[in-house]
Amino acid sequence: MDFRYLPMTEQDKKDMLQTIGVKDTEALFADIPDAVRLKKPLQIKEPRSEGELKAELAALANQNVTMKTHASFLGAGVYDHYIPSIVDHVISRSEFYTAYTPYQPEISQGELQAIFEFQTMIAELTGMDVANSSMYDGGTALAEAATLSAGHTKKKKIIVSEAVHPESRQVIDSYCRGQRLEVVTIPHKDGVTDLEALQEAIDEETASVIVQYPNFFGQVEALADIRTILHTQPKAMMVVSSNPLALGFLTPPGNFGADIVVGDTQVFGIPAQFGGPHCGYFASSSKLMRKLPGRLIGQTKDEEGRRGFVLTLQAREQHIRRDKATSNICSNQALNALASSVAMSALGKQGLAEMAYLNVQKAQYMKKQLEAHGLEVMFQHSFFNEIVIKVNGDIQALQDHLLAQGFIGGYHLGRTDDRLKNHMLVAVTEQRTKEQIDIFVREVAAFHAK
Amino acid sequence: MQNNTDFPLLFELSQTGRTGYSLPPLDVPETDTAEAFDSAYIRTEPAALPELSELQIIRHYTALSRRNYGVDSGFYPLGSCTMKYNPKINEDIIRMDGFSHIHPYQDPKTAQGALEVMFDLQEQLKEITGMHDVSLQPAAGAHGEWAGLMMIRALHEKNGETQRTKVIVPDTAHGTNPASATVAGFEAVTVKSNEQGLVDLDDLRRLVGEDTAALMLTNPNTLGLFEKDILEMAEIVHEAGGKLYYDGANLNAIMGYTRPGDMGFDVVHLNLHKTFTGPHGGGGPGSGPVGVSEELAAFLPKPVVRKLDGIVILDEDRPESIGRVKPYYGNFGINVRAYTYIRTMGPEGLKRVSEYAVLNANYMMRRLSEVFELPYTQHCKHEFVLSGRKQKKLGVRTLDIAKRLLDFGYHPPTIYFPLNVEEALMIEPTETEAKETLDSFIDTMLEIAKDAEENPEIVQEAPYTTIVSRMDETTAARKPILRYIPE
Repeated sequence: MDFRYLPMTEQDKKDMLQTIGVKDTEALFADIPDAVRLKKPLQIKEPRSEGELKAELAALANQNVTMKTHASFLGAGVYDHYIPSIVDHVISRSEFYTAYTPYQPEISQGELQAIFEFQTMIAELTGMDVANSSMYDGGTALAEAATLSAGHTKKKKIIVSEAVHPESRQVIDSYCRGQRLEVVTIPHKDGVTDLEALQEAIDEETASVIVQYPNFFGQVEALADIRTILHTQPKAMMVVSSNPLALGFLTPPGNFGADIVVGDTQVFGIPAQFGGPHCGYFASSSKLMRKLPGRLIGQTKDEEGRRGFVLTLQAREQHIRRDKATSNICSNQALNALASSVAMSALGKQGLAEMAYLNVQKAQYMKKQLEAHGLEVMFQHSFFNEIVIKVNGDIQALQDHLLAQGFIGGYHLGRTDDRLKNHMLVAVTEQRTKEQIDIFVREVAAFHAK
Repeated sequence: MQNNTDFPLLFELSQTGRTGYSLPPLDVPETDTAEAFDSAYIRTEPAALPELSELQIIRHYTALSRRNYGVDSGFYPLGSCTMKYNPKINEDIIRMDGFSHIHPYQDPKTAQGALEVMFDLQEQLKEITGMHDVSLQPAAGAHGEWAGLMMIRALHEKNGETQRTKVIVPDTAHGTNPASATVAGFEAVTVKSNEQGLVDLDDLRRLVGEDTAALMLTNPNTLGLFEKDILEMAEIVHEAGGKLYYDGANLNAIMGYTRPGDMGFDVVHLNLHKTFTGPHGGGGPGSGPVGVSEELAAFLPKPVVRKLDGIVILDEDRPESIGRVKPYYGNFGINVRAYTYIRTMGPEGLKRVSEYAVLNANYMMRRLSEVFELPYTQHCKHEFVLSGRKQKKLGVRTLDIAKRLLDFGYHPPTIYFPLNVEEALMIEPTETEAKETLDSFIDTMLEIAKDAEENPEIVQEAPYTTIVSRMDETTAARKPILRYIPE
């Protein structure tokens, strides 16, 4: 059988074996001991032709309900947003997607400059001094922020608000267990971080306080008050996880004195893809510049004085520092950072603010409609594009009902919190029309009233 | 700061009032945000993002792409990175709505098509690696290393062996190995290589003991050499009570010939963006699934994909799991591409991949060793390492050779790694390159070597044809400029 990715001909093989001076390719594998040799073919599926495979996988893809076949009111960290057409056209340029880490700056200026621009846009949005070139996703970026804070302050206690995304909290737990750090969870009170509990928990051993803004319930945390509490322990760092789209409307965490701001840029040009790959960002104050995880792109000049860009401050990284590195991250999410850069460029100064504003307005409208239809909207703080509702009846039955009406319902908060059974986190983005919102509200209300 | 020969940044092209987006009009009654928000939380100064038209943006990024080099541009023998061809069907498959626009929290019964792909990929990877179970969660190789070491730690802790604090890594290991050991709470200790470039068994015997948690190994190792004493190494480590960790960065050399599970490895991670045609994306995203032996299966990161009565589920009920290592279920988009590739190649295809990757590497190695020093002379696997020591004596460093290759339209090999070869040039051709390509590259290398002897300054001052020349990296690190600041 022939394989279209393998150019080797029989003649090539013969010539090459002759140059090497062996009879057959088996001779090249002779150092693999017989005891570990695989004596039969791999028991995996037989190959399929391009057309057959496409048809088979298309059939699988078509089994799935998608955010194109159904109007999604599901968020909880992953959102259905406007993706400008140009995004996919740019990231489909193979000079970008078939390259690797730009180790050779002379032939990688395109990637290096695009990521330098990404770093700039993230720093701008978050109100921070610097940003790195990307992390795996928002959850692992947050966990790396926790471990960085411990390394920087030489303290071992990480305080995490319960209003941070539950899966991100679990990732923080895993990373902190790795480095033997203590994680203390502060409860939420009426949907936002309980500031009294925070005041009580913070002490001299605290490396950082981690909150999400807007938080998992969509609520806007009082960063100014949290900063005030942090002033009682000046060494402890303020770490904020932020949906970067929300920062088109909300005051950026940098303005409240955050030390580290992280999050996920999936909201900018990255399809949901069943949860990944998305793209973490990591921004900080300049004092942490030499401790950041991951790749950093810096501006410099070539021998002729022309501006150019290089991977820089590599002494932080695993390929130089090995066991003393600030993180073990190597591959990152470069192509998705590029996608987000293109989306942010398309939106621009005006469009990003406008898109954020549309989210705010539609969510406000939805809340009013839900209340007008007799539903209880929990947590009465300011919110971005998500709200929590309490529904009578079985949430699974409601989900099934909504699905039949052409909707993907919200996130069932009872999945991760027993106190929030029958509570649904509903997201509304600029993609949802008034008509969709109205029908969705009507269906939820009818179910609730039954 | 910008002089007129500089390529402009997006921000320098920006003009107030220009737009490149298209959003729907507000179709709901407007709420007064001053009532809904405390004014301290409403952004007053919009983020200074660029303002450009759609065509300007496209021209900008098209121009940037032309200032970049990928596998589709030309030969990219970057050792240890497996820069093989990235099939286009993979890109078509992941862009199908049913894979691209699905939400991780939608009801699993509405995502069975996606879950089926995940489940079947797990099954195929189990067979390819010879491991008992697999989780697709980790986002990249280093992430998989860390997850794997956390599982080993969990096992030792369960057995009450908390004194196992040391992870042994060869001096030839990737930098991620010792770094992952540290972030998993271990201390990394180095085992030496012998004169054949393989792990020194006597040194390994000396190092193992009651404090050994694991040995991390790449096989073939980063010199491209197969650790032929693998069974003895496994015995030494296992007898001391440690576990054996397989770094799958070099799996491209052995598919269908041998499997980590058969060699005695307890934990494996794979780099789906390398062996299984990712693509590399300019640095990522990758995907780093982990496979384990039966003894470690309970510790796999959650969730794990299971099939019960024909329905695929995400199993979260795993009390001994090391927990969640990333939100959601791994880099699904990369996993779908890898699955497409495996299904394209099948058992015979994957074996031929390794056969030809190894044949290509050995051919190049033999021809290049006529001129460049070859520190380890046995047959290599998918890659090999030359030393530029001979050329260095003539005043031409490996860095110069790499830069000179740029003038001939090649991406240079990995340089100065592994650390135990002076002036190292690490070359990995992969199986997707034709003999003519290898021959042209070899001829170029021989020509550069000749220049190093006769006209060293030609090599020392390269490159000549690139859009920028060598960069001042020292100033970049000393006075870092990490973002655009308007003048």
